[in-house]
Amino acid sequence: MPGYDPGTGSGRAATRPMIMEYTMSLEAAPSSRPTLPKAPTGIAGFDDITGGGLPAGRPSLICGSAGSGKTLFATTFLVNGTTLFDEPGVFMSFEERSEDLAANVASLGYNLDKLVEDGRIAIDHVQVDRSDIEENGEYDLEGLFLRLGFAVDSVGAKRVVLDTIETLFSSFDNQAILRSELRRLFGWIKDRGLSCIITGERGEGQFTRQDLEEYVSDCVVLLDNRVHEQITTRRLRVVKYRGSAHGTNEYPFLIDAQGISVLPVTGAGLSHGVSSEVVSTGIPGLDAMLGQGGFFRGTSLLLTGTAGTGKTSFSSTMVNAACERGERCMMFVFEESAAQVVRNARSIGLDLQRHADAGLLRFEAARPSLYGLEMHLARMHRDVEAFGPQLVVIDPITAFRGPEAEVQSVLLRMVDLLKARGITGIFTSLMHGGTGATIDADADLGMSSLMDAWVRLTHEEANGEINRTLYIIKARGMSHSNQVREYQMSEAGIGLIEPYIGPEGVLTGSARLSQVAREQAAALRRQQEIERRRREIARRRAAVDRQIQELRAALEAEEQEVTLLHQQDQERESALARDRQAMARHRTAAE
Amino acid sequence: MSEAAPYRLRLFVAGSSARSQDMIHALRRTCRQGLGPATELEVVDIFQQPDLAERNGVVAAPTLVRLSPAPVRRLVGDLSDPERVLRAMALGPGAA
Repeated sequence: MPGYDPGTGSGRAATRPMIMEYTMSLEAAPSSRPTLPKAPTGIAGFDDITGGGLPAGRPSLICGSAGSGKTLFATTFLVNGTTLFDEPGVFMSFEERSEDLAANVASLGYNLDKLVEDGRIAIDHVQVDRSDIEENGEYDLEGLFLRLGFAVDSVGAKRVVLDTIETLFSSFDNQAILRSELRRLFGWIKDRGLSCIITGERGEGQFTRQDLEEYVSDCVVLLDNRVHEQITTRRLRVVKYRGSAHGTNEYPFLIDAQGISVLPVTGAGLSHGVSSEVVSTGIPGLDAMLGQGGFFRGTSLLLTGTAGTGKTSFSSTMVNAACERGERCMMFVFEESAAQVVRNARSIGLDLQRHADAGLLRFEAARPSLYGLEMHLARMHRDVEAFGPQLVVIDPITAFRGPEAEVQSVLLRMVDLLKARGITGIFTSLMHGGTGATIDADADLGMSSLMDAWVRLTHEEANGEINRTLYIIKARGMSHSNQVREYQMSEAGIGLIEPYIGPEGVLTGSARLSQVAREQAAALRRQQEIERRRREIARRRAAVDRQIQELRAALEAEEQEVTLLHQQDQERESALARDRQAMARHRTAAE
Repeated sequence: MSEAAPYRLRLFVAGSSARSQDMIHALRRTCRQGLGPATELEVVDIFQQPDLAERNGVVAAPTLVRLSPAPVRRLVGDLSDPERVLRAMALGPGAA
């Protein structure tokens, strides 16, 4: 059989007008135009990339190698169909017995037995054992049709899963008959309007070993399980979707206790809304350095710094501030456990445990090597969707190792993911080596242009000690201080210290302290000088006053003397007068 | 194995078309010639008794199932060649 070619393989006249849509990107999918009826799978993300799910009333092919999750995908389609969309289903298994199937999907939290009991799902295990079958001449698969029809009618099924129909190929020799019967089967499924998943094993150079894609031409989904550097990443790709636009990329998907989730990881362009609400960082000094008193909500903040500069402490402080405002926060930590972060935050006076207990704060701690990069992203995506935080911390982004382009692409999508939801993102990044204040090119992993704000934490070495300083490299959309500021971390939290700029630049640590002391001494001296002069003046004033008083006293003494002399003169004058009169009278008497 | 052994065969056909009628006749003749009247041949129309088809694990039609003696054997397809039918069922005169 020739390999599948998306350009020409589907070239039936009826589908011609739709071919244009194949080239359309996901976000360009027109929503107003009448679209193909879809059967939603209820699988987070998958319905997004396919614009609503698998084609309704038609068969779809899910193919992949062993262990890629085909059966789980199909089972999820059925279980969600009946529980979420009220579409009962039939599971026709050619491989696993129904008990095994129920046990296998129980790990996803699906209770198949219960659904079977309630008549919401029918499971039919078709056992075709090669060893006890001889075949000869012509036959048909009417029995299979009949059983399927019987099962469909018994639960009023709208959905059907055939897992894995290829088993028939190993049971019957006459492939010509089998193929024509399969064609008839799929025709029958279409006629009955059943949304159907057919699983198929991945073959060499083609999607399935038995060219099932030849019959199921409406929708082909490829599941892949790739191991790269000992880390497995599951990926999903919609190879073909006749009559519908769909996301064409490979999307990572997760299978865990919460079922399957597919992550549409390419961002929806740069159409996200922006907020002009300013949120405080919880560090008054840092708020003051930013013109508006904090960062905009939805900002992506890059915190870079060498080891021990307090990147996690800064993030913890910002998380604490957000939680105190009643916001939900998530911390993805890749180098510490949640308990460790909580304990360390306590040393700077933050009680994060309280917020965690209140359900406002959630930690997701995992070793970077636990999953592949895509899986981390996928996991984050899912957790963020589920928790709905307003602030997310990723600490640190440098924990991700891998080919540079890949790391960058994952981080880009992480930023995108948060931005698209208006979530404030804090990304810490560890810088290696130098303590200098030059801007490292490698510390930002090519992220700086994506980031709205960038705060750089550094160590300044001078005078035999290391002091911590920070500066804001950028903060989009707001004026910010251009100063290098020293900060200290203590019981009272992170505090910025008033800048001290000396002749050789900013002074930090003891240099700053000694400079402060010197300036204080000089100020004291100035003060003393002023005091001294003041006292001198006072003394001179007193001296002058004294002199004035002395002069005045002398003057008064003189005045008194003059008055006394004057008095004496007057008394003498009057005495002389009296004497003259007495003498006159005496003389007269004598005459 | 003696000729008195209870051979039980069950033939699954899809509907009562002329073709399946012919086939049933041919098979009855084969059984009579190959095994004598002791053989019990039951004809089941899968449209009429789908549950029986399911229980016997039948997906194709026509299918001839040997129910006993064990083990269960199946022959799918053309049943017009007596020798082949008997060989497939391991019931030929030579085997008796």
